[in-house]
Amino acid sequence: MGALIFYLLAALTIGSALIVALSRNIVYSAFSLLGTFMGVAGLYALLAADFVAVIQILVYVGGILVLIIFAVMLTHRIDDVAVSNRSVGRLPAALIVGAVGVIMSVGVVGARWAQKADVQAAPTTYGIGDAFLGPYILPFEFASVVLLVVLIGAVVVSRKEIREETGS
Amino acid sequence: MVPISYHLILSGILFTIGVMGVLLRRNTIIIFMAVELMLNAVNLSFVAFARQLGSMDGQLIVFFVMSVAAAEAAVGLAIILSVFRNRETVNADELNLMRW
Repeated sequence: MGALIFYLLAALTIGSALIVALSRNIVYSAFSLLGTFMGVAGLYALLAADFVAVIQILVYVGGILVLIIFAVMLTHRIDDVAVSNRSVGRLPAALIVGAVGVIMSVGVVGARWAQKADVQAAPTTYGIGDAFLGPYILPFEFASVVLLVVLIGAVVVSRKEIREETGS
Repeated sequence: MVPISYHLILSGILFTIGVMGVLLRRNTIIIFMAVELMLNAVNLSFVAFARQLGSMDGQLIVFFVMSVAAAEAAVGLAIILSVFRNRETVNADELNLMRW
């Protein structure tokens, strides 16, 4: 049963990812990203990471995907069919992609992974909150500072600059 | 329970598709989406290892990766919009102002 769900989610994830990477229409790419994010969220749930799965949907689907669709709509004329983009350098790209895939497959298949005996699926929220305010307090605070900087930086970068004639 | 090598192979395939997107496409927004695919692939292997080792650390690192991805999305898309306003294009081949 678990294996069947895994294969379905894997097919959803990889199929959508292929559409993202190869589709000629950028709007199809943007919306296919939804399938990838939801598939990965389902895999997190299958791996007993309930909180991570919910946060994946909230952050990626609710935040990043909406931002990307905004960017697509703002940078392209929707009625313009030529929004698709040509691919260049297929041969070197194929070589690099093949090398990356082969190296990772050899590493994954060849290694002997350690496994803890009978891991129980339990709610993870308690442990996550405990770790964030315990041993991981410094990276946690650092991440919040990074997010604040990003908030200000995005506003500064994307605003329209208005020069004053008499000022400064 | 599905063995961890299946999850890692899936993660590797997802990462490879992301590399393919970055290398093959010239639209900066698509390159951006492919980078998100790669980040998701890495997150998937982190969660798989957290499950495998019965440890919480992998899931915690996923949160930091997600916050960095959100930061990257906000700033990156702001930069893309700003470039589009100035240059009227998001094609990576035409953005050659800094090319030597």
